[in-house]
Amino acid sequence: MKKRSIIALVLALMMCVALVAACGETPPAGPTGPTDPTAGGTTNGTDASGEEVTEVHIGLLGPWTGGAAYFGVSVRNGALLYIENFNAQGGLQIRVTDRDEEGDSARAVTMYHDLVDAGVTAIIGSVTSGPTMAVVPEAFADGMPMISGTATHAGVTVNQDTGEVFTNMFRSCFIDPFQGVKMAEFAHEILSARTAAVLYAHDIDYSIGLMQAFVDRAAEIGLEVIHIETFADEAPDFTAQLTNIAAANPDVVFIPVYNRHTALIGPQSAAAGVTATMLGADGWAGTLDAIADPSTVEGAFYLTGFTYESEEQHIIDFIERFEAQYGIMPNMFAAQAYDAAAILIRAIEGAIAAGLTPGTDEFKQATIANMAATDIEGVTGRITFDRYNNPQKTAFILQIIDGEARFWGTF
Amino acid sequence: MLYVAQFINALQLGSIYALIALGYSMVYGIIKLLNFAHGDVIMVGGYVAIFALAAGFHPVVAVILVILGCTALAIIMEKLAYTPLRTAPRISVLITAIGISLLLQNLAQLFFGARPQPIHIPFPTGSISIGAVSIAYPMIITIGVAVLSMVALNYIVQGTKLGKAMRAVSEDTQAAQLMGINVNSIITFTFAVGAALAGIGAILFFVRFPVVTPTVGAMLGLKAFIAAVLGGIGSIPGAMLGGFAIGFLEVIVNAVGLSRWTDGAVFLVLIIILLVRPAGLVGKPMIEKV
Repeated sequence: MKKRSIIALVLALMMCVALVAACGETPPAGPTGPTDPTAGGTTNGTDASGEEVTEVHIGLLGPWTGGAAYFGVSVRNGALLYIENFNAQGGLQIRVTDRDEEGDSARAVTMYHDLVDAGVTAIIGSVTSGPTMAVVPEAFADGMPMISGTATHAGVTVNQDTGEVFTNMFRSCFIDPFQGVKMAEFAHEILSARTAAVLYAHDIDYSIGLMQAFVDRAAEIGLEVIHIETFADEAPDFTAQLTNIAAANPDVVFIPVYNRHTALIGPQSAAAGVTATMLGADGWAGTLDAIADPSTVEGAFYLTGFTYESEEQHIIDFIERFEAQYGIMPNMFAAQAYDAAAILIRAIEGAIAAGLTPGTDEFKQATIANMAATDIEGVTGRITFDRYNNPQKTAFILQIIDGEARFWGTF
Repeated sequence: MLYVAQFINALQLGSIYALIALGYSMVYGIIKLLNFAHGDVIMVGGYVAIFALAAGFHPVVAVILVILGCTALAIIMEKLAYTPLRTAPRISVLITAIGISLLLQNLAQLFFGARPQPIHIPFPTGSISIGAVSIAYPMIITIGVAVLSMVALNYIVQGTKLGKAMRAVSEDTQAAQLMGINVNSIITFTFAVGAALAGIGAILFFVRFPVVTPTVGAMLGLKAFIAAVLGGIGSIPGAMLGGFAIGFLEVIVNAVGLSRWTDGAVFLVLIIILLVRPAGLVGKPMIEKV
């Protein structure tokens, strides 16, 4: 979302990684030695010799304090809710050690090693893209299974320099461009649109990424993009662009922007005579709070990672349990972390069923392989992974009807 | 067809700029002050509209309240900040104007918060079709109201005694005073008329851009200022011409897909006009007598 600050973070962390890698190489990561003995020693539950495994030790890494604490605490609440519910069933128990990385990349690496020393078999984390990307190369070298619920940067699962996939790292959230792909498919398959226009902000990375993904996917599936218009983030006047779009008369117009823009685009598109169905992405959330006249975005569809409006029973259950436990409604981050915990624990169960001992390299490899083969119905949609370990999810589609964002369905 | 639609767009945007540019130009014409707080008067007008509508006033009453509010604000501003500086160097007054602009923006942020607030001014919706072109009512009303306001202003300045006094003060303040004109009240009247036009401009602006933020007037004021300079600051027909020119420029730049250069193009025009014809399109070059 906040791409500029994320980019700044990434740059900062690159420096940190370079430093940490340079100074830290000698002591901890000499051979891959440290992982085996410590892990084997601490996971004292059982041997592989036929005895039943009763406990698995995992780590939880995120910013519980600092600037990203809002996300961090949401994620911890979501993940712990799943784990507590799981433990309450009896049988296998999941023991959690959590570490606060305070939103700091260098500290995240330190805390990661701390978790490794504590003997964890897998890690849920981290929360924001920067610290996560600082940890991933180390975890990849250790073969440590990891899953994040919220880190959206493409570099979390793929080394941006070499294109190498971090096979141990997964995530349960959308990456930004995925939403563009989804909306192109939605327009083509569900709305039977033949032609599309796009209106995007040329100085917001989020907007550019979604536009590009939409245009690329549209070309593949035969949705003709007949018109592309741009605007600057701070400019309030879109009328000229919208008049051009109205003249091009497409079936749909994709507008991957934030709600501060939709509040202006809605009324102006009505005045400019745009009749195409408007499509948006998760930046549209909150549009109805920001817009003066909701009738100007009537009929628009947009996508979201999580919704309270779903009628699916397991999602309603999740919301109720979360509210009962914490006294607040779960946000998107909590829901995604809940799913991340579910994916990881299901993979761990698979490794135990295969008769492996927690803490061993074989156990970790099996957990990673099981995660890659994930196919679950989570509270944020059905999740499978592509070859870059990014989720192929069903998305929730909302439609604005009578001034309300109504749940249209999953797609 | 597209060209006609874009033409109407430009006309609508241009009439908003023109209304606001008039306030700049009139005040400059009479006391040689660039009133940089003029754009922020529009922002205050937006908040007045939000509160008037939320309080349940009839939209017509709300519109009148906005115009009265803007006028009152300008009079207070003039009495408190500018009158004591009547004999001060022009640079002091200019800096005061910038200070008032910042004060208004920060007070608005303090009282109303930085969050953008939606504003829904009930305006006739729908459109009329002429051939294949459909023109939304708000566009027609905006252009009509702007033209009417300018005609009315022209009458006040050219056809009434007050207008005659304004022109006299503008031409030579001391001579006007010797002829028995109350210069201070004429200056206040000029501020009031400029602000009333800004109030009308505010309504028309927020119909097209229905979100109010504490800084909404800054860029708008700057562009209207450029429009006034382009036309020839101090000249009433110049401000109208400049406003429409800037409106057309922005719409053309946006329509051909160069939206990343919209603001740049406007400022480029300012630079060019200052280099090539500093007196503006219709301004007369001033000859300094030594």
